[in-house]
Amino acid sequence: MSQALDTPSPPAAPSAPAEDPAVLAARYGLTVSGARPTLPAYVGQLWQRRHFITAFATAKLTSQYSQAKLGQVWQVATPLLNAAVYYFIFGVLMGTKRNVPDYVPFLVTGVFVWTFTQSSVMAGTRAISGSLGLVRALHFPRASLPISYCLQQLQQLLFSMCALFVILLCFGVPPALSWVLVIPALTLQFTFNTGLALVMARMGAKTPDIAQLMPFLLRTWMYVSGVMWSIDKMLSGKDLPHIVLVLLQANPAAIYIDLMRFALIDSFHASQLPPHVWLWATGWALLSGVGGFIYFWKAEETYGRG
Amino acid sequence: MAENAETAEITAERIPTVIVDDVDIVYRVNGTGAGRGTATAALNRILGGRRKAEARAGVRTVHAVRKVSFTAYKGEAIGLIGTNGSGKSTLLKAVAGLLPTENGRIFTHGQPSLLGVNAALMNDLTGERNVHLGGLAMGMSREEVRERYDDIVGFSGINEKGDFITLPMRTYSSGMAARLRFSIAAAKDHDVLLIDEALATGDRSFQKRSEDRIRELRKEAGTVFLVSHNNKSIRDTCDRVLWLERGELRMDGPTDEVLEAYEAFTNPKAGKAEPKKQTKVSVPA
Repeated sequence: MSQALDTPSPPAAPSAPAEDPAVLAARYGLTVSGARPTLPAYVGQLWQRRHFITAFATAKLTSQYSQAKLGQVWQVATPLLNAAVYYFIFGVLMGTKRNVPDYVPFLVTGVFVWTFTQSSVMAGTRAISGSLGLVRALHFPRASLPISYCLQQLQQLLFSMCALFVILLCFGVPPALSWVLVIPALTLQFTFNTGLALVMARMGAKTPDIAQLMPFLLRTWMYVSGVMWSIDKMLSGKDLPHIVLVLLQANPAAIYIDLMRFALIDSFHASQLPPHVWLWATGWALLSGVGGFIYFWKAEETYGRG
Repeated sequence: MAENAETAEITAERIPTVIVDDVDIVYRVNGTGAGRGTATAALNRILGGRRKAEARAGVRTVHAVRKVSFTAYKGEAIGLIGTNGSGKSTLLKAVAGLLPTENGRIFTHGQPSLLGVNAALMNDLTGERNVHLGGLAMGMSREEVRERYDDIVGFSGINEKGDFITLPMRTYSSGMAARLRFSIAAAKDHDVLLIDEALATGDRSFQKRSEDRIRELRKEAGTVFLVSHNNKSIRDTCDRVLWLERGELRMDGPTDEVLEAYEAFTNPKAGKAEPKKQTKVSVPA
């Protein structure tokens, strides 16, 4: 509504009479504000913010229990209590443990590894929609947020792993060289989770309702992933269609859980793993990590808007 | 300050730093009005054409900024004034690239930064950790944060009454927290700096310090935008003022002229009845 101006805009008018703004902008090297950077530039920006990503994750983690009297003890106590509840229900009440040797380590490993994926997905769903204030106040590559939330979950898992090692030793599982396999298994799972969180972050930013739906999807996913029962034992002797078998075995959550059990529990043998398990694990991680990142980046300029 | 800018204008070619070209900004708000409660309305929103559904199912659009155009030059300090809800902060966020434009484009030199880190800080963390977190969130490197840490804490004056910087931020008084936030936000140098009513924080002595710091920032920055309801601080810091009313750019000109018209508009019965006859201004839209 330039005609509503009382004074005919004194500072702007005299020097550049009616020059096309785009031309003027180009002449002085101005760029469109809030445009999406190219993919390599985006990766570069993200790398520059790596310290923010880690600092934000650690800050979130430590602020979580800062009001509690026991403080950071809850980092370890919460997963332990979780495992205790599952043991009571599935081990004692329902007696799933009968077929599985070392059932407690088996169960606790499953619960911890599954929780890592579950909470990463949940945190990812809310990463943008729950941090709108931050997104609207500061300029940074938005992928920092979902990645940072996943990193927080990874840190949480590392606390749980400490508890897990204690449980393993208590239940007489001897330490072995195969424990080193935890590192590649966790790296792959972290990549997979982050990719998934990035996808969910974009969807959750557009449709916040997804955060209401996710708990149900995740619970369903948990029950088919063999967190409390052994897929291998359950399937043996049953005549299921081949496709169901393949789907159950290709389930990324089941693969990462089984890899961790294979690494940690000596009574969990390689024969219980699905075929080509490391290939599957790497494939899922790459597919989810790369695909999720690109999918998230495609909508970079739209986050926190409207 | 005003002299500086003027001499710069006369001697050197005026270099634009922000060009706002015919910009509209529209907010979409989910679930307002009568539509929200009923399930059919929600269904309508999910099914069916988007625009129609939006209209029916309580997605309301708020046209916050309408067809605003202006060009800001290096060395200018520009005040944005207008009554509450006139679109000042929205325009500022769009210049910062944080809100999308519905129509039109905004060109900027480098990345304009909004002065504010409130959202990045966490109340459960100590002031010390928040200084680090806020600095990193603004894009400073770890070394930069470490270098400026003492300046930031010193400027905020948090430690004047004891060792408060190592306490969680939730234990701070609101004034102390506001001072720390401003100190963190003002620690970085910017090409184009956008300030949203930040001057009103803290006690008188801190306000004085903030104003000095803003003047300093303006010297280093190419261009400063300041949103404020305090006409005095606009007069002290700005040499050009944009007046927004109901999302429209009502007036754009030297500080004194625009402020005079604005004061006549907001307070029409204040004695000296419109020194210049400005009929358009005094008629509310």
